[in-house]
Amino acid sequence: MPITPDSTIYWHHGFVRLNATILYTWLLMSLLTMLSWFVTRHLKGADSPRSRWQNALEAVVVTVRSQIRDICPQESDTYLPFAGTIFLFIATSSLLEVVPGWHAPTASLSTTAALAICVAIAVHVFGVLKQGVAGYLRHYIRPVVFMLPFNLLNEISRTLALALRLFGNIMSESLIVGVLLAIAPFVFPLIMQAFGLLTGFIQAYIFAVLSMVYIAAAVQSQTEQKGKTNE
Amino acid sequence: MNNVSLIGVTSIVAATLCMALGSIAPAIGEARAIIQALSSIAQQPDESGPLSRTLFIGLAMIESIAIYCFVISIILIFTNPFWTFVSSKSGG
Repeated sequence: MPITPDSTIYWHHGFVRLNATILYTWLLMSLLTMLSWFVTRHLKGADSPRSRWQNALEAVVVTVRSQIRDICPQESDTYLPFAGTIFLFIATSSLLEVVPGWHAPTASLSTTAALAICVAIAVHVFGVLKQGVAGYLRHYIRPVVFMLPFNLLNEISRTLALALRLFGNIMSESLIVGVLLAIAPFVFPLIMQAFGLLTGFIQAYIFAVLSMVYIAAAVQSQTEQKGKTNE
Repeated sequence: MNNVSLIGVTSIVAATLCMALGSIAPAIGEARAIIQALSSIAQQPDESGPLSRTLFIGLAMIESIAIYCFVISIILIFTNPFWTFVSSKSGG
């Protein structure tokens, strides 16, 4: 039984291989990009009536922005493109499981590891942009220098946890449906698949919220410290 | 029992034990978290938004432990490295 879409290879030439993960990632990227381009082609101002699709996309953007504002109240719009893109990518790839023949690219460890590494790099970039290199590096030796190895270990383990959590959840859905097809092929796979839509969406939410929490922790540690000394 | 069948039996038993024991502790932890969150929401229904968001994040954190066990069981059953090594060694 193939447990990841990595093992389905459509085309290979030399060492270049085109497997299902890459193909469906490209499909998903082009779908999201084309849809956004198509909807935002004729944007109208605030006073004129909007089209149906524009309303839908604005609802998504406003919801994501309000969620980010709850976590990081100061400047939510800086992190909106990053966290919103991650959320939309994972959520769409999970929700498209209702399409027959669709392999979710997040069911492969390569995709989830890539997303987690993106988050790990973005945390450092946003932290350095906000506090400068010295100020950002100082939070590794807080509260005492003795905590330095634990803080470094925390960076590695949370990136690993992000990748494995998403991979395990999404992969287990397709695996459970496959096992149930062999045991009770009529109604139960449908129930589990509907349940899989729910957990896939929750996992997308959790991935985006966790990455936002990490970014907010890297950005806010310095300002909170200043606020405490001022009080 | 020769070495090859020993590896197979050990892998299956280890995968089963890993999944069985590894889901007990996260289940208890999630139950305690949900109990606390429900009683907090019952006391302060206005704060249900932040409470449920924090609950979801915490549940995901706890659940990831069970997910680690699940991934290890899947590796042991479907893509067992020891089994692959032995079967390639024996000329398979």
